[in-house]
Amino acid sequence: MKLAFACLVFGLALLPAVATPFFVNFVMTQTLILGLAAATIVFLAKYGGMISLAQLLMVGIAGFMYGNAALDGGARGLNLGWHPWAAAGFAILVTTLVAFVLGAIASRSTGIYFLMLTLVYGVIGYFVFAQIVEISGPGGITSIQRPELLGPPVLLYYAGLLLSVAAYAGFRALGRTAFGLALQGVRDDPVRMASLGFNVPLHRALAFALAGFVAGLAGLLNVWWNGQIDPASISIGPTLILLIIAVIGGISSLKGAWLGAFVYVLVLTYLRDLPLVDRIGLTEARFNTVIGVIVLMIMVLSPEGLTGIVHKIRKQFGETRP
Amino acid sequence: MTPALIDTDSAAVESRPALAVSRFAPLRRPSGWVAAVVAVAFAAWVLFLADGTPAGPAVDDPGRFMVTVLDGVTFAGLLFVAASGFTLIFGLMRTVNMVHGSLFLLAAYIAIRVQETMVGRSRNIVPADVGVLDWVVPLLVGAGVAAVLGLLVQQVFLQWNEGQEMRQTMVTLAITVVLADQMLREFGGLARRMVWPGAATHFLSIAGERYPTTRLFMLALAVLVGVLLWLWLTRTSVGMIIRAGVDDRQMVRGLGINIRRVFALTFLAGSFLAGVGGVMGASFAGAAPGTDGSWLLNALIVVIIGGLGSLRGAAAGSLLYGTVVAFSPAYLPSQYSYYAIIMTFGLLALVLAVRPYGLFGRPA
Repeated sequence: MKLAFACLVFGLALLPAVATPFFVNFVMTQTLILGLAAATIVFLAKYGGMISLAQLLMVGIAGFMYGNAALDGGARGLNLGWHPWAAAGFAILVTTLVAFVLGAIASRSTGIYFLMLTLVYGVIGYFVFAQIVEISGPGGITSIQRPELLGPPVLLYYAGLLLSVAAYAGFRALGRTAFGLALQGVRDDPVRMASLGFNVPLHRALAFALAGFVAGLAGLLNVWWNGQIDPASISIGPTLILLIIAVIGGISSLKGAWLGAFVYVLVLTYLRDLPLVDRIGLTEARFNTVIGVIVLMIMVLSPEGLTGIVHKIRKQFGETRP
Repeated sequence: MTPALIDTDSAAVESRPALAVSRFAPLRRPSGWVAAVVAVAFAAWVLFLADGTPAGPAVDDPGRFMVTVLDGVTFAGLLFVAASGFTLIFGLMRTVNMVHGSLFLLAAYIAIRVQETMVGRSRNIVPADVGVLDWVVPLLVGAGVAAVLGLLVQQVFLQWNEGQEMRQTMVTLAITVVLADQMLREFGGLARRMVWPGAATHFLSIAGERYPTTRLFMLALAVLVGVLLWLWLTRTSVGMIIRAGVDDRQMVRGLGINIRRVFALTFLAGSFLAGVGGVMGASFAGAAPGTDGSWLLNALIVVIIGGLGSLRGAAAGSLLYGTVVAFSPAYLPSQYSYYAIIMTFGLLALVLAVRPYGLFGRPA
């Protein structure tokens, strides 16, 4: 298992040498960014039992904060003109703090209530950025430069790969620490954990802040990759899409986040190239219908997403799970 | 006998862990006086202190204050209609029906089409052209289509995975994405508007301010819907079964009642209510892509404030949320009126801090 993981990472690291620049810089970089953001949903769901729809908001907050702090003399945003890395640190800090506060407010709700509350967070966050134009620039912040260190696009791919591997390994390692075990205890039986003296709301809020921190990193990558950010990119549609990415891969499988992102980006990129699709009225404008139907089929087949389907097939053929 | 859907905060039905939580929770939670302090501060601000706001202190300009109150209450009526179906379905089936917003918008679009056909014009319809029937028939057609589609969704996608809340939520989310895309294809991206019947379109004079009667008409409709719903749930045998199902599904099953049929009926009614809300909303503020999402959000906010599954909570949540929506743009200092949306969030945070399951809610 570990060997397979190492091989996969090694293969991904060598990818720029063999694949076309388009595939690396567009398809794979986007996959890694979306996967990293979706992994925070999976982390919260898997270890904390909380399904969050506010993770894209964290991505957006980090992006907007970076855009406001790093630009100078542009037409939009606050134009603070800070050093890019200072701006990046500021963006991450703000995102983590916001996540902690939002997590603290939501820390007493669980399950379906948590999902709805975070959906409300996400949409209110969108309206905040859409209405307060001082911090979102009328129509978004444009021509955002990335730090010089990440100049060539391929380095952004490597940054995404590095952060993805770190987040994957970090989340898994965290699950075995005292905090991670307590968090899983809170997920399974909050009453028992409370009577054992654990501060249940604090554990939930801290987990949410950590997920916000990682989502903030994804947000930085995203804004560097796009070069711009506008409120529409964190509206309810994209918010649901990010959850859908986590669901495609399997909501309780960390690997699944990146798998789901890969499937999503593949459909997004190559749907129009498939033969015959325009004959049946499927153009890229009807892309959301395709994604919706895919998710519907996956959820009807298996609530555990693609990873769940893979496990089912393996069982069918009598193989044991690795 | 207390009606269950309406009075859901009785302790007898709480599950074991929830009871244990509530025994600990009062130690950590800010108590009700925090809410009281905020309410008093809010009233003092609106009545006396609100200088430099678009409306000014209420004692100086009572007309504007009255109009704002009416705005809040009438909007609350629309909110109630939109949220009641959502909370009805959740209360009985524990299904978070994300399709609710799509049904809302679909009913609106269909009603607009039907109205255009009935009036015989697709543009520049003025209220004088619209008879009462030209509004009521589209309402029934639109809400009827929404009801049938909602029932279809429930029968095909939600019946066999009952109890798997997350899976059901994801399934309805996926359907929402598909429906939103298909509605964009069918009805285009432009905002459309339903026209109120001419008989309801007049202006009243309230303390020197002109006030449209259409908003009062909307409120009257909402009250009618609320009363009918209440009568249905408390005075009919089906309503009794629904309330019993809210409290204890297993027991209702054990008594030999075909709860599947009750589920289907509830979904039909809830979706119909979404449709009625959609047609009212389209007459009030128009329909466009994105309306589905924003009304799903409105329904969510109302039921989170009021407590999921409680009809009384939906009414209380609508009133609170409607009040905040009406008052924030009028009584925030002018240079901050962009920040009105944050007040909604503040209301949500305040209610959840004091009562984590909403005003009339109970732990799932």
